[in-house]
Amino acid sequence: MLTLLAILVDGFVYSSWLFIVAIGLTLIFGVMQILNVTHGSLYALGAYAAASLIGVYFRADYWPMGSFLVLLGAALLVGLVVGLILERGLLRFMYGRDEVIIVLVTYATFLILEDVILLAWGTDPYFAFEPYSLLGTTEMGALIFSNYDLALVGLAVVLGASVWWGLNRTQWGKVLQAVIIDREMAQCMGVNVTVVYTITFVIGAMLGALGGAVTAPQISVAPGIGVEVIVLAFAVVATGGMGSIPGAIVGALIVGISRAAAVHLLPEVELFVIYAVMTLVLVFRPEGLFTRGKARKI
Amino acid sequence: MALLEAIELNKSFDHVVAARNINVSIEENEVIGVIGANGAGKTTFVNMVTGYLKPTSGRIMFQGRDITHQAPRKITHLGICRSFQVPQLFFTASVFDNLLIALGVAEGTLPSLLRPLRRPDLEARADEMLERYTIAQYRDQEVGLLPQGVRKLLDIAMAVVHKPSVLLLDEPTSGVSVDEKFGIMDIVMDALKQAGVTVLFVEHDMEIINRYAKRVLAFYDGTIIADGPPDDVLRDAKVREYVIGEGPAHGTGTGAEKEGGHA
Amino acid sequence: MGRKDQTNLRLTIALLVCGLAVFILPDWAIFMGTLALAKGVVVIGLLVLWRTGLVSFGQALYFGLGGYTVGLLGLRVGMSDAVLLTLLSFLLSAAVAMTLGLIISRYREIFFAMLTMAFSMILYGVLVKTEALGSTDGFNVLLPTYLGYAPEGEAQRVALYLWSLLVAYLASLGVHRYLRSALGNLTSAIRDNEIRVEYLGVSVQRAIYFKYVIAGALTGAGGAITAMAVGHVDPEMTYWTTSGEFVFVTILSGTGHVVAPFVGSIIFELVRTYAFEYAPYAWQLVLGSVLLLLIMFLPNGLWSLVTRMRKKG
Repeated sequence: MLTLLAILVDGFVYSSWLFIVAIGLTLIFGVMQILNVTHGSLYALGAYAAASLIGVYFRADYWPMGSFLVLLGAALLVGLVVGLILERGLLRFMYGRDEVIIVLVTYATFLILEDVILLAWGTDPYFAFEPYSLLGTTEMGALIFSNYDLALVGLAVVLGASVWWGLNRTQWGKVLQAVIIDREMAQCMGVNVTVVYTITFVIGAMLGALGGAVTAPQISVAPGIGVEVIVLAFAVVATGGMGSIPGAIVGALIVGISRAAAVHLLPEVELFVIYAVMTLVLVFRPEGLFTRGKARKI
Repeated sequence: MALLEAIELNKSFDHVVAARNINVSIEENEVIGVIGANGAGKTTFVNMVTGYLKPTSGRIMFQGRDITHQAPRKITHLGICRSFQVPQLFFTASVFDNLLIALGVAEGTLPSLLRPLRRPDLEARADEMLERYTIAQYRDQEVGLLPQGVRKLLDIAMAVVHKPSVLLLDEPTSGVSVDEKFGIMDIVMDALKQAGVTVLFVEHDMEIINRYAKRVLAFYDGTIIADGPPDDVLRDAKVREYVIGEGPAHGTGTGAEKEGGHA
Repeated sequence: MGRKDQTNLRLTIALLVCGLAVFILPDWAIFMGTLALAKGVVVIGLLVLWRTGLVSFGQALYFGLGGYTVGLLGLRVGMSDAVLLTLLSFLLSAAVAMTLGLIISRYREIFFAMLTMAFSMILYGVLVKTEALGSTDGFNVLLPTYLGYAPEGEAQRVALYLWSLLVAYLASLGVHRYLRSALGNLTSAIRDNEIRVEYLGVSVQRAIYFKYVIAGALTGAGGAITAMAVGHVDPEMTYWTTSGEFVFVTILSGTGHVVAPFVGSIIFELVRTYAFEYAPYAWQLVLGSVLLLLIMFLPNGLWSLVTRMRKKG
């Protein structure tokens, strides 16, 4: 019974983390049909930026709760700058080309940024535990959970709700949806698709960086954190449906709870379970759990 | 026993009924023209006969065999081939290569795997076919850059490679300039007569129907509303109204049409 | 048209030249040559898939399978014969590919790439958590023997090099022959127009299945040879970044000819060795930048330069 509670809470916490990390990826894919491998670098950059700034912040002894704003700020800044450079400086020249080629382009930029991070921050790990311990812990029976982890669930809900609201209740969101469904048609209707693409990519980048920034206080920020995150984010997005926000939620939940179950019940299959789930979903529903149909050819 | 038979064919896509109660029987060596407005179900019919679409109900019999649920590639092997409204070609390859590949593959599984494609006997056959279809001058050009007329001829040539007993041509002259239309049909019909093939072609141009078809099927709203010699069908009142676009519903009479046939 | 295909002759000449080169090449070059040859064999498999319009981001699955087969057979059964081990890795990988291929051949484009990656990550996950196989550390591989003959020292390197040369030669001949056939020529036709291929009487799914199995089996052989050359296997062999390297070499080489992968592999190994020595924190930077430049300016790889020169000459 206790194990079940542990699995559920751990599962929700992990799912929330997965959702925060994956939502930027699914947004960019949904609108631009780009599977952005650089997402991993943005995550890493967000984490490193956050860790550095947190370090500086706490040494300067400012108001501790403000460190959360620092995290947010770091993410937004990184996402904005890197996102703009990537989209305006490189990707926009590639839009006409094959989907898989664009993926390889983002793979190339990922490789480049990995070393940029190494050159800028070195190989030693960074720590930024302060925000993590600031919030204290909660006890549920014999189990102790960190409030920071639980807060992540709240953040995931807020993010999910904002993105949903943004897409469905605002003018801008409707425009975005139009572009998702049929780009050419949207252009014919007068939508400035170039601007839409740039803004979407930057938002996606900021969300990716946010994933990293928010994770920084939980881990040791060291080289290679981006590499693992990419495959995890892919697994979530592929499971739930490429380009679908509800899909990302469902995907995150499925992957998160499966993994939590594995960790508590059969630790050897922890890594295996994530990709096995993704494979199962892809095999039975190649486009994930939430997608729309396709049109006739001849 | 008819060569090719469609029995009570029906096809719906959710709420859209593309084909209703289609019944038709085709004998050897017939030359049949298929007419009907866009969306009347002509291409759906061709798609079903060649296995690209599965009918919702009904059967298709070929030489006494039920072929209703076969895949296109099986149906090709059985002897029914088709050309496409939009020519389906290998766009980055040359005209010659397109035909050569078709010939090579038609040899059968083992030879097409073990023997090199570019060998003298096969290449000679390809060249000969290009001559017969009068597209030899485009031999080495990339298909993607060619005019529609040439693409149509190549598309048909590739369909004939398998020496089918039945050939379905989906709008062989659509998208082709007026002066080229008859040229294409002449070339094709000539080549096919030599091969003894049963032909069914979908057409919008009534002059072509008149000149080449020995029998006409008229489609409307997913079903066949007339089936017989061109003279009869083209004068049929319903056909004139729904397909040709003349008569009471449209208020356009050319005056040259005499009243004949019946509703 | 109709210039006689002299590939078989040229491959045989290349075999002899590279074989005789052992007498003049230094030890490190022989080692690098072996790795390049093994990698080339893997990339030939990717070439076949690439021409069909498919990119596998999961060849590391078979690479690791091949490597761990060698390692395990050595560990458990004491088998060290290079010929037998390579053959067994080849066959085992083919068997796995024949199973997974049933699923994979239904997919295209991004989904094909993602599913192949997912499969390789499953194996990675299993290997990393398996204590008996050394988890992330992996374990060492026995020194290879050749039908009874057990070379020592320098002869060790030379023997494996010659063996990998032979495997590369056979792989090139085989794949070239396949690509020359009618079904082989359909490879790029499938990418152009699947519907037409079906109407010509060929099953696209079966064709893709066949190519996937070839690629898997060849990658397994490459993994086996690499394991024997390096003397060690670890889960990194199945990690997605290893698959990424193979894809990089495919783009670098170009897919114009079966020999191209070997050219690309040698250049890759050379650059990697020098990059690691002089700029270890910039290797990925180099890799990524070169990949970008290739995609932008030379999308058909280095071999397209050869084709261009031939057209002028």
